[in-house]
Amino acid sequence: MENVTPAAPTPDPATVLDRTGLDALIRELAARGYTVVGPTERNGAVVLAELAGADELPWGVGTDTDAGRYRTTARADGAAFAHSAGPQPWKRFLHPPRVREWSAERTDQELVFRAETSPAPSYAFLGVRPCDLRAIAVQDRVLAYGARPDSAYTARRRGAFIVAAECTEPGAACFCVSAGGGPAAGPGYDLVLTEVAEPGDHRFWARAGSERGAEVLAVLPGRHADSRTVNAARTAVDAARDRMGRSLPDVDLHALMAGSRGSAHWDDIAQRCLTCGNCTLVCPTCYCTTSEEVTDLTGDHAERWRRWDSCFDLDFSYLHGGPVRSTGADRYRQWLTHKLGTWHDQFGSSGCVGCGRCVVWCPVGIDLTKEIPVFAAERAESAAATGTAPEPRTAAPEHDGGLA
Amino acid sequence: MATAATPAPPPDAARRPSLAVWKLASCDGCQLTLLDCEDELLALAERIDIAHFPEMSRRSVDGPYDVSLVEGSVTTAADAERIREIRAVSRHLVAIGACATAGGIQALRDFADIDEFVSVVYARPEYIDTLARATPAAAHVPVDFELRGCPIDRRQLLEVIGAFLAGRRPQIPSHSVCFECKARGTTCVTVAQGTPCLGPITHAGCGALCPAYDRGCYGCFGPKPDADLPALLPLLRRDGMDAPAVTRFLRTFNATAPGFAVPDGPGDDEPDREAAP
Amino acid sequence: MSHTPAAVRHALTSAPPADAVPEQAADHPPAVYRVQYRNIENDDTVTLALDPDGSPLPPFAPGQFAMLYAFGVGEVPISVSGIPYGAGPLRHTIRAVGPVSSALHRLRPGDRLGVRGPFGTGWDLDGAAGGDVLVVAGGIGLAPLRPLVHAAFAAPRRFRRLSVLVGARSPADLLYRHELDRWRERAHVAVTVDRPDDGWTGNVGVVTALLNPVVTDPSHTTAFVCGPEAMIRHTARDLLARGLPSRRIRVSLERNMRCGTATCGHCQLGPLLLCREGPVVGYDRAADLMNVRGL
Repeated sequence: MENVTPAAPTPDPATVLDRTGLDALIRELAARGYTVVGPTERNGAVVLAELAGADELPWGVGTDTDAGRYRTTARADGAAFAHSAGPQPWKRFLHPPRVREWSAERTDQELVFRAETSPAPSYAFLGVRPCDLRAIAVQDRVLAYGARPDSAYTARRRGAFIVAAECTEPGAACFCVSAGGGPAAGPGYDLVLTEVAEPGDHRFWARAGSERGAEVLAVLPGRHADSRTVNAARTAVDAARDRMGRSLPDVDLHALMAGSRGSAHWDDIAQRCLTCGNCTLVCPTCYCTTSEEVTDLTGDHAERWRRWDSCFDLDFSYLHGGPVRSTGADRYRQWLTHKLGTWHDQFGSSGCVGCGRCVVWCPVGIDLTKEIPVFAAERAESAAATGTAPEPRTAAPEHDGGLA
Repeated sequence: MATAATPAPPPDAARRPSLAVWKLASCDGCQLTLLDCEDELLALAERIDIAHFPEMSRRSVDGPYDVSLVEGSVTTAADAERIREIRAVSRHLVAIGACATAGGIQALRDFADIDEFVSVVYARPEYIDTLARATPAAAHVPVDFELRGCPIDRRQLLEVIGAFLAGRRPQIPSHSVCFECKARGTTCVTVAQGTPCLGPITHAGCGALCPAYDRGCYGCFGPKPDADLPALLPLLRRDGMDAPAVTRFLRTFNATAPGFAVPDGPGDDEPDREAAP
Repeated sequence: MSHTPAAVRHALTSAPPADAVPEQAADHPPAVYRVQYRNIENDDTVTLALDPDGSPLPPFAPGQFAMLYAFGVGEVPISVSGIPYGAGPLRHTIRAVGPVSSALHRLRPGDRLGVRGPFGTGWDLDGAAGGDVLVVAGGIGLAPLRPLVHAAFAAPRRFRRLSVLVGARSPADLLYRHELDRWRERAHVAVTVDRPDDGWTGNVGVVTALLNPVVTDPSHTTAFVCGPEAMIRHTARDLLARGLPSRRIRVSLERNMRCGTATCGHCQLGPLLLCREGPVVGYDRAADLMNVRGL
């Protein structure tokens, strides 16, 4: 974890927090000016909302998920972070559904543009799962690391304080391990928590990943890390690695997607696909937007807004009087081949972190982990027929240093 | 389908463009949406000459008009003639609401015997002169833009008028209601609660009102252009709807819109009368 | 494992955000330009010569595009059709097809508009140095090629022969007619139309029919092709058949560009983000992608 700034060598911080310590963390972050956002249960789902205290966390709420299905369940251990990825990704806060980009005034002869100057909100995210931490890094590469970074995203991202929560309870639709991640938090957090929900001693092992994380940790009430807590935390995360509900096949997906453009299986998926766009809207890395011109009735003031868009919208590919991707098969193909394939070409990594949201929140339960093997089998078959080797699992690590 | 407005220059700045509001067979709800624009109505009246709007004023200026808003469906021979006259005096014709864009509730007659209805409902059936079908404006004349909804959405109406004034394309997305649920942060009622919902095949525009109150979408805005009903049917059945229930679900405000056509659905019979297990 | 690239970490954790949106930011507002003059090219097409109201945008290369903003109507991507040398104006040739292009088409001298850019790849004329330069244009596709022709004229010793082949629907649709006559003095220029009018004495038919006399040394020829996608495909296939290497066929492609900054996702053609890897792409990269329906 080479990006972790060494913690200040000041007094060894208490690194085991109990429920009171977690509450203190929320209040400390709020006192530092952050709007604290984290999971809470609403209307039968664990959603992301502003938190005033630890009481609002979804204690004892688990989830029972499958393709196209999500239900909350009661957990006997009372765990607060043992729910899999919920209906909302964090992009809702870093890359909001609607943002004003600039405005324009017209007078007799003048035209004046104004950049957006409203200050970016300063969020503290509590309980970012490791898959979502990776998703934030994926969006960073698109929106913050290009030659022309998006300043609205960058400002929100720069201000965000991230408290990750390692995964001890993967859902039935989770496949982060086969997507190159895992239940342990990678780099990018300010603090990371690992929950140990033992009866009578419900606690969280906390570590800092940045200087400001260490500062916050230093003032929280808690106790020093003991080996029993550390071992229990590590064991739970290790066990989670082996309990993924789903997996992607072990093939070079980048090559598989490029080689499957002509497959007839897209039509088969399109028979089931509603082209409703839900998969893209819940996906934590899908970043597409469109621009809207907003005018008032006076006609002298105009604003440029952008809003979430989706490759499933017919108008998305509008060109010269009609859509380029006119069929549902065209649009599903665009989504999946971009996510798993051409994302590598464009941004140097896969666009998928294996959070499982697209599987769970697709109303008709289209499951990419079931579709990809079909393409892989087709390719293997055609390779066998022509005597060429199918896509090998090449060592294609995500780029760390830049765009391809 | 919301058709793209033809590129036309914005109206002459020196002259206020004129607006006319017309009513065919309808409940008046959509044209009342214009009166409901309380905060914007004064600004609107400054930019536009509301030349003909009987619901608002007895003052009526003869056409031609720059924009006509037409509410209601064509259900009589007289209205079939009137919509042609309206088209003839209108530079831009905008059909507003489910009636004018898809026939509306009164198009339920399309699935039944109108003569039987008339004889059962009216004491003096001979006074009733009506067509067997209720049809949208576009079935009779070219329409420049169709604004969906039962009733239409106030912000969308202002957007269409504002876009006309600015000479730009109205930003009325034709994607699913799911986009609006996700934008407002509403958890999917189908996935999380098993509630039957037409949202995935319904044209956005309402702001995803019903799911925000834990109810499934009723399809007030009609099918989105690429609505795939056959893909949704298994879901509605899973969530407890039998065939008659599915038919009733789809046959409300936009019953005759092609995207909501029930496959192998009952034809001349009332939905309720279809045999169900 | 996912790693945030070092430079991102720096961008995201270093100095606090400046108050102003940086000039290179994706969401930076347009620069204000003023219409200096307006040339009517044909019934639906004009060329606007634009001067900056304040400081000018960075220089455009031939083949690059700008997002042109009509107040209150919106933005469209338009390739640059004339590049300022010294203090000259920036030129854009605009065909009125939608609300925004129609609004731009209506602008008059003195009117203001917004310009963002330059965006995308250029034609890369340098790559043709030492060999023959072949320009093939269909319809409005001549506009992005015009600054390329000018650049070739400006460095005559760098190239052997310059050929300009132009196709249009009808004589009335031809762009830069007077200029084409002047080009004939320094280049091989051939024009063809699909539908001749009464006064037309020139070629009739597709633009590929003009290739015969100009492709004489295919391995030392670089082609620059712009027009409707079908015309590009036909031209490129013809050139390949004549022996041009596919990477020496440079084509300009179009998709629904909304941002110009590779942040909105709209202009994808398979692996390419056409506002960043395009609009000018080598046919070696484009061929397979152009042959997939609905990509």
